[in-house]
Amino acid sequence: MSMRPIDLSLRIRKKALQLCHEKGASHLGGALSVADVLAVLYGEVANVNPKNPSDASRDRIFFSKGHACSAMYAVLQELGFYSGVEDKFAQNGSIFTSHVSHMVPGIELSTGSLGHALPIAAGTALAAKRKGERWKIYTILSDGELDEGSNWETILFAPHHALDNLVVIVDFNKIQSFGTVAEVLALEPLAKKFEAFRWRAIEIDGHDHAAISAALARAASASDGIPTAIVAHTIKGKGVSFMENKLAWHYKSPNADEYRAALAELEGV
Amino acid sequence: MRNAFIKTLVECARVNDSIFFISGDVGYSVVEPFAEQFPDRFLNIGIAEQNMTGVAVGLAKEGYNVFTYSIGNFPTLRCLEQIRYDVCYHNASVKIVSVGGGFAYGPLGASHHCTEDIGILRTIPNMVVSAPGDPLETSAIVRWMCNIPGPGYLRLNKGGDRVIGEMGTILVPGAPREVRAGRDLAVIASGAILEYSEGAIDTLLPGAALYSMPVISPIDALRVVQLARQFERIITIEEHQLNCGMGSAIVEVVSDAYAEGILNRVPCIKRIAIPNRFTSVAGTQAYLRQMNGLILQP
Repeated sequence: MSMRPIDLSLRIRKKALQLCHEKGASHLGGALSVADVLAVLYGEVANVNPKNPSDASRDRIFFSKGHACSAMYAVLQELGFYSGVEDKFAQNGSIFTSHVSHMVPGIELSTGSLGHALPIAAGTALAAKRKGERWKIYTILSDGELDEGSNWETILFAPHHALDNLVVIVDFNKIQSFGTVAEVLALEPLAKKFEAFRWRAIEIDGHDHAAISAALARAASASDGIPTAIVAHTIKGKGVSFMENKLAWHYKSPNADEYRAALAELEGV
Repeated sequence: MRNAFIKTLVECARVNDSIFFISGDVGYSVVEPFAEQFPDRFLNIGIAEQNMTGVAVGLAKEGYNVFTYSIGNFPTLRCLEQIRYDVCYHNASVKIVSVGGGFAYGPLGASHHCTEDIGILRTIPNMVVSAPGDPLETSAIVRWMCNIPGPGYLRLNKGGDRVIGEMGTILVPGAPREVRAGRDLAVIASGAILEYSEGAIDTLLPGAALYSMPVISPIDALRVVQLARQFERIITIEEHQLNCGMGSAIVEVVSDAYAEGILNRVPCIKRIAIPNRFTSVAGTQAYLRQMNGLILQP
């Protein structure tokens, strides 16, 4: 079942906000920045099956920035993989840990240690190639985790093995854990780096649904042996003016006043 | 052991099309038989062990039973967090093979001394940790690992290892193998130092029993407790740091069994291992064993 990305992205943002507020969780800024990518990918592009999360023909989606779990748990609930995340999230004994967990239906891989998902996604892409499978492999990375050398091992590996079924989406929100990307360890020119490693790089506004959709469509139709990296320029905290581009919202959990104000902004009240 | 490994893996791959083999750019004149016969299930991934381990997990998620292969510390410690979080936490069918265990590559220096692997890997849940003592044990463990899901570790020596004792009974993976019967004193060896132990025991410890302990985790606690009942003294010997190795695993089992009342007395257990230090000189495997005190004494 597809859902209009414009509706889905709002629902993801509201649910992520609620989860972080009610359960005192962190990493809201990175959840808000990736919400549009998730909305288009899950709402319009990817073949996933909430009735059978391990359906062999599904597209494999790896969420490497596991700390932004509130957005991921939100989108999967909206699609119908489960219900009640607002009660269970981050609670004692719950499978909904504060980094995404593969115990949760629809989550391919537990992540939380950065730089782990891309090599695994590449292995999955290689398996698909060797077995002649047509499904696609999507991996959503944060910008900060591109500091990890493990990613670059795989960025070297994937084009060598012609893994054109592998799609990377970098949520390039420009802020990492303890400073801006530019200050801590600069990534730019990021698209050119991918191109130098023999990837197809597509730079987009990561909040423009039409652009996300077009980039994913181009990636999905690739049959030239070249993997695709979509560099999605995003805004950390996108949608809530007082959270946008603020390092603090990598950590802070919104209090009651902040929650009300943020919700009002999102709903355009 | 290398040749026994690849020969057995080729045999298993003929009848089991889930077997996949990834080399970290090593294996010249060893792994070619697999690469030639099963090109669709072989990959030389280059010198990138984090990627190697992650790719193996991705393949395992899609149904393969993947063997990764490199030297000493490279397929293990170099990518330890991938092993803990990606392989073991997800219980992925990835078997990690390290060639050059202990001081097998002694002259190459400390980078190539593989002497902490057992201790580090046996603390990780779901991981099967093995160090066969000869080519026959190697084959038995490879066959076993080809048929079980989940994570595994296989520590090999290098080439030229000879068969020790007789297999006699079929090796049950996990159980200590009786190489030589004896009384009062049992020597338990793990890994390639079994060959030295068998040679030394006759002159230095006549009448002692000799066991090979090829699987260290999960340890066969039942058989270890039986040995603790049967023998007054036990000597463990391994090419590994004293901390956390096979000898430590034996002591843990015996101590726990005593604490739980399963044993009403404990044998005297002496652990022979590397005395928790680095070795900064060149030397053959035999030389470095000796200078680290890995010798049996009366």
